[in-house]
Amino acid sequence: MVAVLDRVVAPDHAAARRALREQISRLEREWSALERPPGAAQATARPGHARLLGVGELERARDALTARLAHARALQAQRGATQEAARVRLERMLLEPGRHRFEQVPASALGEGGCGVYAVRPRLGLIGMLMGWWQVKLSSGCPLPG
Amino acid sequence: MDGLIQSGAVAPAITQEFPALGLLWLDVAAAPSRTPPDVRDRLAHLSDRWRGAQALALRRQPVAHAHRVFFRHIGLDPDVQRVPQEEVIVRRLLDGGFRPRGLPADALTIACVQTGVGVWALDAGAVDGPLAIAFDETQRIAVCDAAGRLAALFEAPDARAAVVKATRAMRLYAIRAPGVPELFVREALELAAELLEPA
Repeated sequence: MVAVLDRVVAPDHAAARRALREQISRLEREWSALERPPGAAQATARPGHARLLGVGELERARDALTARLAHARALQAQRGATQEAARVRLERMLLEPGRHRFEQVPASALGEGGCGVYAVRPRLGLIGMLMGWWQVKLSSGCPLPG
Repeated sequence: MDGLIQSGAVAPAITQEFPALGLLWLDVAAAPSRTPPDVRDRLAHLSDRWRGAQALALRRQPVAHAHRVFFRHIGLDPDVQRVPQEEVIVRRLLDGGFRPRGLPADALTIACVQTGVGVWALDAGAVDGPLAIAFDETQRIAVCDAAGRLAALFEAPDARAAVVKATRAMRLYAIRAPGVPELFVREALELAAELLEPA
């Protein structure tokens, strides 16, 4: 009876560690597949040393990775929303440039690379300004250093 | 190549947790030297092949990914302590290329970049018997010989058996992380040994 009870109540630490390692493997796969936005990749842990981890340490490792994954996803969602808003603004500028005079949308806000800026400018300078001829121009190139 | 690739023992407590973990090693009669021209060319060629885009995608490659997972399983954060191949590639990006650093360093770099498996060199004369993965005196997992710890796992060798100017034979070793096919580990050792052998 005691032997049976022992078998029932004795926790199977090896199985728990195996299960936790599988969870960590899955999380690492998701973490590696994630296109991390700036600010999401910083690890807070200090350099460690290779050792066998107990159940508690594996749980902490899993929870830390879960938190980092959630943070990165939240940043990604936030960045997506910001880019969407910038895209809508640019579309409005393109549809009715006259109503968005001198407004600007940096290409970086749209998730594009480079230093370009979409800006509503008058066609032919002063004449365009007086005649109400407005257009969206994309400035190109990054400023030279210094 | 001088010697045959040999398998090192793994402490039973470690094998129980990580049955696929392994250690392979190989002795090579080679001394440290300046980078030969053919190795220099090879480094230049590799520098052209590895750029930022490849570096970003590296963590999704099977061998690097297997290392990252194993790092997490043994309490290392691969975003703090990079896995061997990521470490080498990041150094390439920071330096603007794989800069020649002499042998054996360049041979180990090329083997690691080509296969994804880290290779380390020890002074064979300072090693006492076969290599093994075991616990050191602080219960850390380490590469050891009969006299004790030679290097922490995935870290540079301790001073006791590090390659020095007087080294005349080297022992190369590579760790087989779970999920990494043994073929890759053998290839890494063979490649490093080939590059180290005097022409």
